[in-house]
Amino acid sequence: MELKVKTYAEYMAQGEVPEILFWVGCAGSFDDRAKKVTKAVAKILQAAQVKFAVLGTEESCTGDPAKRAGNEFLFQMQAMQNIMVLNGYEVKKIVTACPHCFNTLKNEYPQLGGNYEVVHHSQLIESLLKEGRLTVSGGSFKGKKITFHDPCYLGRANDVYEAPREVLAKLDAELVEMKRCRTKGLCCGAGGAQMFKEAEPGNKEVNIERSEEALATSANIIAVGCPFCSTMMTDGVKHAEKEAEVSVLDIAEMIAHAADL
Amino acid sequence: MNSTGLLLSILPNVVFTLLLLAGIGLFAFNLRKIIRNIRLGRDLNRSDNPGERWKIMTLVALGQTKMMVRPIAGILHIFVYVGFVVINIEVLEIIIDGVFGTHRVFAPFLGSFYKVLIATFEVFAALVLIGVFAFYVRRNIIKIKRFVQKDLDGFPRFDANMILFVEVLLMSAFLTMNAADQVLSSRGADHYISYGNYPVSGLLTGLFSGWSDGALIVYERFMWWFHIIGILAFLNYLPYSKHFHILMAFPNVWYSNLNPKGQFKNMDAVTREVKLMLDPSAPVPEADGPVKFGARDVQDLSWKNLMDAYTCTECGRCSSECPANMTGKLLSPRSIMMKTRDRLEEVGKNIDANKGTFVDDGKSLLHNYISAEELWACTTCNACVQACPVNIDPLDIIVNLRQQLVMEESAPPASLATMFGNIENNGAPWQFSPADRLNWKDE
Repeated sequence: MELKVKTYAEYMAQGEVPEILFWVGCAGSFDDRAKKVTKAVAKILQAAQVKFAVLGTEESCTGDPAKRAGNEFLFQMQAMQNIMVLNGYEVKKIVTACPHCFNTLKNEYPQLGGNYEVVHHSQLIESLLKEGRLTVSGGSFKGKKITFHDPCYLGRANDVYEAPREVLAKLDAELVEMKRCRTKGLCCGAGGAQMFKEAEPGNKEVNIERSEEALATSANIIAVGCPFCSTMMTDGVKHAEKEAEVSVLDIAEMIAHAADL
Repeated sequence: MNSTGLLLSILPNVVFTLLLLAGIGLFAFNLRKIIRNIRLGRDLNRSDNPGERWKIMTLVALGQTKMMVRPIAGILHIFVYVGFVVINIEVLEIIIDGVFGTHRVFAPFLGSFYKVLIATFEVFAALVLIGVFAFYVRRNIIKIKRFVQKDLDGFPRFDANMILFVEVLLMSAFLTMNAADQVLSSRGADHYISYGNYPVSGLLTGLFSGWSDGALIVYERFMWWFHIIGILAFLNYLPYSKHFHILMAFPNVWYSNLNPKGQFKNMDAVTREVKLMLDPSAPVPEADGPVKFGARDVQDLSWKNLMDAYTCTECGRCSSECPANMTGKLLSPRSIMMKTRDRLEEVGKNIDANKGTFVDDGKSLLHNYISAEELWACTTCNACVQACPVNIDPLDIIVNLRQQLVMEESAPPASLATMFGNIENNGAPWQFSPADRLNWKDE
């Protein structure tokens, strides 16, 4: 399908108000792997006839990695500038494919004057499927085994455990859980700004520990809902030399595929 | 009876009452110090939404729901916990008997229910013994990882076994006292009336069958005194021990964080400065006094962080679920809590020694107790917060100390400094041009 993506500015210029803002995030904008997920989300929204906008060049880092790393100044600078843009457009509802953006926009922006209804893409996709605005045929995933890796900032941080699983359940595949899942899910190792630094000395990398656990389920697909988890798990699978048999895919990519988008 | 005789006959009651008052008095004295220490922390409002707070306290503290996440330890802990609470009803009787010189004062009032009560105490005493035995085996023979990790070396490991040992002594005193009591009552000794059912100590009467009445009375009395003095001594051990959690668990859970775990506090002092930076003419309230960013020492943490430290019973569920700890990094969330308590105790002693004011000792929680290496290993994944059975939040302390490292000491790891620079200059943690943000749509 041909992708038609409009910015908030373009909608406003046409005197229209979009239904929802798609907050792409830095990974979704710049990381080659995450950009594919971004396109998958956009395709899903378009297919479900959701009138969505992006901020494009007006978007900036939410400040999440700065805040977790202790740089509150930088976080609040970013937050206030983003809030000015968001409030300027009178944004009401936001969807994002990044649990870190999701958490920050949802929980930490309100106190600084930014009040929006924020959903993770797994939640939006779940409701689109429920409302019948989106239909999938699980055909291509039939017979596959999928295990879902809970992102910390979606799961424990915000108690969203079921939406991604409900979405995956539509794929007609077998869903298997890792030993550590939901509230006990193990971090991929990227959170708290770890993504941007070397790990401290230890005897193992966190992403290797987690990937081994995922591989132990003998799943063909490790499903993720976060661009950083995606990077970490992909590296872990490569480390185990299993990249030929096991793929790491975002929920949105699988749904876009199953919906033939 | 002459006056000397009267004095002699009430002497045990006087001694008992004095011991009781001394034991409770000393405990109150130490408790006040701990409350003062907790109040050294920064303000934080945790009294909103009392309905929700009572609910969470009932479930998590009273109902032990988070303990049961690990069912074996959870059930064993419930044995000891319920046993402790139930047997304290017996302690109430012991106190009344001790002060007024009565013997089993509740018996006449409760009639046959008293038998049920005593039988219940005995069953729980036996369950406590089973639980404590299993705990000892888990710690010292099976050597479960979280109990043999380095952060427990020294006093903490001694403390843990000491608590188990004292519990065995107290329960054994209680059960053998009842056994001696039964042998005496079966022989029709003075004051020793039969109360019937003793499901556990009834099995132990054989131990005493060859004893004379006199020896039995001495044993029974000795164990009675041992039991109550032991309890008073144990009460006064609590303020120095991880076992303090039996009291702190309740308020600590009541004051839990009710916000989503991912929501980190926004610092008001920073908001003020950022508003001024973005709009120098903005009307912004003045800060009261010099502002410190983040926490360098325990006084810079919130009172709830400090209460958390006194509540921690060093079970290590946090560290066993910590991704950094399980992959061999220096960070242990349990150790963060233990070090916070150690430093707070040191600050408290400093205040005591200097007539109520803290005199700089050239030390701080950050660096002297907790290293930057530990702090930078955290992924902020909240596994430790989720795992804690009494809702302690080690992550909040970690982030406060990180803020100090970054905003006051300008000492983030070099790669994070680069990341900060990228966000400032490009609005992204990587070095990409903001102009390229929408390139994905045409790729």
